[in-house]
This record gives sequence, structure tokens and C-alpha cells, in this order.
Amino acid sequence: MNTLKYQSQAVAKPYFVFAMILFVGQILFGLLMGLQYVVGDIVGGLIPFNVARMVHTNLLIVWLLFGFMGAAYYLVPEEAETELHSPKLAIALFWIFAAAGVATILGYLLVPYATLAHITGNDLWPTMGREFLEQPTITKIGIVVVALGFLYNLGMTILKGRKTAINMVMMTGLIGLAVFFLFAFYNPTNLALDKYFWWFVVHLWVEGVWELIMGAILAFVLIKVTGVDREVIEKWLYVIIAMALISGILGTGHHFYWLMTPAYWQWVGSIFSAIEPLPFFAMVLYAFNMVNRRRREHPNKAATLWALGTSVMAFLGAGVWGFLHTLAPVNYYTHGTQITAAHGHMAFYGAYAMIVMTIMSYAMPKLRGVGEANCNRAQVVEMWGFWLMTVGMVFITLFLTGAGVLQVWLQRLPESGEALSFMATQDKLAIFYWLREIAGVVFLLGLVAYLYSFFVTEKKAA
Amino acid sequence: MPDNLQQALGASTNEPTASSKSNLKKLPGDLAMWFFILAELTVFAIFFIGFAIAENLNLVMFAEGKAQLHKVAGLINTIALITSSYFVAISLHSMRVRNDRQAVFRLILALVFAAVYIVIKLWEYESLFEQGIDIETNTFFTLYFLITAFHFMHILLGMVILVYMAKNAYQGKYNDSSSESEFSGFESGACYWHMVDLLWIILFPLIYVI
Repeated sequence: MNTLKYQSQAVAKPYFVFAMILFVGQILFGLLMGLQYVVGDIVGGLIPFNVARMVHTNLLIVWLLFGFMGAAYYLVPEEAETELHSPKLAIALFWIFAAAGVATILGYLLVPYATLAHITGNDLWPTMGREFLEQPTITKIGIVVVALGFLYNLGMTILKGRKTAINMVMMTGLIGLAVFFLFAFYNPTNLALDKYFWWFVVHLWVEGVWELIMGAILAFVLIKVTGVDREVIEKWLYVIIAMALISGILGTGHHFYWLMTPAYWQWVGSIFSAIEPLPFFAMVLYAFNMVNRRRREHPNKAATLWALGTSVMAFLGAGVWGFLHTLAPVNYYTHGTQITAAHGHMAFYGAYAMIVMTIMSYAMPKLRGVGEANCNRAQVVEMWGFWLMTVGMVFITLFLTGAGVLQVWLQRLPESGEALSFMATQDKLAIFYWLREIAGVVFLLGLVAYLYSFFVTEKKAA
Repeated sequence: MPDNLQQALGASTNEPTASSKSNLKKLPGDLAMWFFILAELTVFAIFFIGFAIAENLNLVMFAEGKAQLHKVAGLINTIALITSSYFVAISLHSMRVRNDRQAVFRLILALVFAAVYIVIKLWEYESLFEQGIDIETNTFFTLYFLITAFHFMHILLGMVILVYMAKNAYQGKYNDSSSESEFSGFESGACYWHMVDLLWIILFPLIYVI
């Protein structure tokens, strides 16, 4: 049963499917690293820890980008009330991006990183070797080309169609995403300066423009599943993104504490990032309020669960766990410990992985021609996936937080000389790492359940 | 979440609102603006608390810093902002009695007093820079510049909002008695301006005087 309003929305489907394939890869490499933390090398040196980590984080970023693109191709035409400008371009860019992504990951796995840098001509324009931005320069150029084509396609669609607040916020977020990525090409030799501009990509993505993308997707799904007036949802979207941008942009200061930057950054970073939980808290109130005030009972209960879940988990992971170590006097001790890892895991899952699964949950039944929603059995399995992944992530976060607190206690707080060394501290944290690995397996089971839900159909009546 | 908050969030499925019956109980302006104001007040509250703690840890430095500030300039600015807020308040009154022209005139007067603030504040910064004092001089001046500059940016935003209100009032856009929401836009802008004024009333004694 075809329930798509605009047939060109169908181009979102390969983006979502490929995002899920990469997601599986990300989790498998995460589990591998989790084991490497406690038992060392287990694959005969084939996949060293640093490579596994690079693949784990790069797959995350790339699958989220595929998810955002899928979300944009799905919601922009529907909001603009017109067909996508060029579905062919969207499909062509999908294959280019997918091929470049796979080639890059294979490059990480099959040749030493230095060799990869050499054969991709990194010495001509050195951009490699920085956390999360490890991609060869040629891949980075490919990402820019794909982003330009993508923005052109959406921009033309919006220009010829209805202009809504959701589309404007989504486009602002996506344009910001592309613009801030350009700082990945600027790589000063001074390490402090390098880090300074590196945060322009990393921070202004996740605590700036990505929040706009999240807000727009959440608003779109809430309008669809609750039937609440667009004006009401859009007004609150504006309030939330205004708070997110003010706190998020000045909150960049929390990365500048220890970079030889002027001391006022410690005040700016501390105060404005202390405000960063507010927009996330506003999103929780907003999502629950709109669902409570719903005007219709949408058959897709799972999508509603994801929408509520992403608001809560983003608030906990990005808001609360971010605040935990954001004040300069606290960060002096916690900087770069497992507390950071705890925050990173729950924030990425809560805010970004879950928002992609929210729009997928809403859109996939329509994209696959199932109808407004999956059958009841499939939704129950999907909700199992939701809970197993979410509970798994809560425990991953709690165990990493425990590890982080102990790490600070043993390695950071004691006067020098009495403090344990980094590696000696790691040995003491082993129990937390084992528990984290178990929680990771629960997460994987949740992911399997989630993916299985796509294949569940209603039992035939006997 | 309490029902009244849910209603105020506007997601009610009922008729627009029943607020016209109980104007006294109704929050002036849009609830969204109040959320925004609360967020702003929170930022400043953290700044003020940070300032107070830093002052307690560096009593001599803060006393010396305050002695270098121009208290008369601060006082003139306090009076300018209170006067400006007064004109916004009586401008709202003009709106309520449907005298749009008078409302616009009063908003312009409010903007003039805001401009007085801008000029004096810039002169103050300039004279500090001439003495070789800037944001990196010491913790007192780091906080002085951060807090007052952040407040300064709010004055600028507030002035943009006042201009927008004056433009709409001039075009008679708040004159639609059938629409609650049109009038609440004016109230929202006025609330924002009062917040900016209120912040200075706390900021001036805290940083300049006590």
C-alpha cells in the first residue's frame, strides 16, 4: 500500500538501509575494542586498537550523516509540498558516498594508516591524523562534493515549494554542517591552534548545527504522530534552537580551557555550557506535552516511543552527562578520562542515533510500502529493540562513569608521585570495562531485535 | 506536568484561549518568551554567583577594580534604562487604550534612552582601554567585561525588538481586537525589555557599588 505523499521521498530508503549496515559495523567494532581494553590483542594484530577505534567512530559519523541525509530527503519534499528537485542526483550521490565510505573504511583496515596517508597524497595537503577527521584528504573532498550536491538538491526543492519553519531549521542545520566541515581542511602545524580549529568542526557540529537537525526532525515527527497544530510545534522549535545556539556556540569555550587560550575562556565555557542542558530539557517537556495533547491516535506507536525516548536520552546524555564535567574547575581533573567516554556514548546515542531511528521508525513503513505503520507484532519487536539498546546504553554509560570516577581518584587527584600511572590505573578499572562489555552485548541484542523487526509480519489467521 | 502549563504551552485542542475572561490571571506575552527570559536570567544568575564567589576569594583585587570604574556613568545608565523601561510600560498602556500613534512615540522615547545607555557604555569601555585595562587584566576585569558586554548585547537585541514593535504598532498590526496573539507579541517584547532593565539593576550595585 503506497502511502508516500511524494514519490521522490523514496530516495530516502537506500540512505536509511545503508546507515543501518554501517551501524552494525560500528557496534561490532565497539565490542571488539571493549574486549581489547581488558584482554589486549585478540585478533593476531590484524586490527590494532587504534584502528578499531578509528573505524568505530568514523562509522558512527558516516552512518549518522547517511541518516540525516535520508531524513532530509524524506521530510523536505513533504514539508515543501513538492517532489524532490532531482531524485536521480540523490541516488547518484548515494552511490558515490557509499563507495567512498566503504573504500575509506577498507583503507583503514587493509593498509597501515601511514601507507594510506602516503597513497592518498596526504603530503600534498595534510589533513589526516586527527581524531574523527582521520579520512584521507580525497575522501574529505568527496564529502564536500556530496554535501554540495545534496544541499543544491534540497535547496532547489525548498525554493519551488512551501517554506516552513521545519524546512528552514533543517536547511540551516545542514548548511552549517557543511560549512563547519570546511575547518577539517585547515590544519595548522601549531598543535594548540590545530586543536582550536578542530573543535570548530567537532563541537559546532554536535553542540551546534546538529541540534538544529535533531530539532527539525523531532518537530516533523511530532506533527505527524500527534496532529498538534504546526504553529504551536514551530514556535517551541524556535525557542529551543535559540537556546541551543546561544549556549552551544559560546559553550565551545569548554574545549578551550587547556589550549593556551586566554583565561576568560574558562568563564565563558563554564557558564554557557552550564546552560546547554536547558534546550535538551525543553525538548523533553515539548515532546511529552505534544504527545499528551495529541489529536489523533497514530497507528505507529513505535515512532512515538522513539520520539519521546530521544528527547529523554539526549537530555541525560548530552545535557546531564555533559554538565557533569563541563565546569573548568571540575574539568581540570576529569579532562580526557572515562567520564568523557561515558558522556560521548550516551550523548551520541540519545541525541543522534535515536533521532535517526525516530524518523526511520516513522518513515520506513511508508517507504517500504507497508502502510502508515508496521503490524503490531513488528512494532512490539521494534520496541524490544528500543528498550534493549537504551537500557544497554544506560549501563554502558554508568559503568564508564564508574570507571571515570575511579580513574580521577587514582590518577588525577593525588599529588604527583603518589598518583598511579595511566596504565596502572587502567588495570584497576578492569571490572568496569568487563561490565561495560556485557552491557555492550545487550546493546547488540537490541540492535539485532530492531533490525529483525523489519522482517516481522502479522501471523496469518489460522 | 500541570494542566495549566499544558494549556499555556498552547497545545490545547480547545478553542484558541479563554484568557480574555481572566486577564488578571493571564501571564502577559507569550509563554515561549517567558521560557526564553528564564533561560536568560539563569545565565546571568550563574554569572552573578560566579562574580560573588570570585570576589570573596579576591577581596582586594575586586575592591581595587571597582574603584577604577566610573560610578557616575553607571548611575546615569541605571537612570537611562529605568526611564526607557518606563516609556515601554506606558507605551503598552497606550496600546491598550488603542492609541497607536502615542504608543509608537513612547517606544521611540524608550529607544532614545536606550541609545544614551549605548553611548555611555561605549565611552566607559573606551576610557578603560585608554588606561590599558582590558579583559585579561585580572579576574575582576575579565568578569566585568564578560558580564557587561553580554548585557550590552542584550540591550542591542532589545532595541531591535523595540524597533520591530514600533514598526508593527505604526502599521496598526496590534489593532486586531479579534486576535489575542497579535497583542501578546507587544507584551512579549515589553517583557524582554523589562528583563534587560532588571538585569542592569542587579548588575550595577553588584559590580560597581557594593
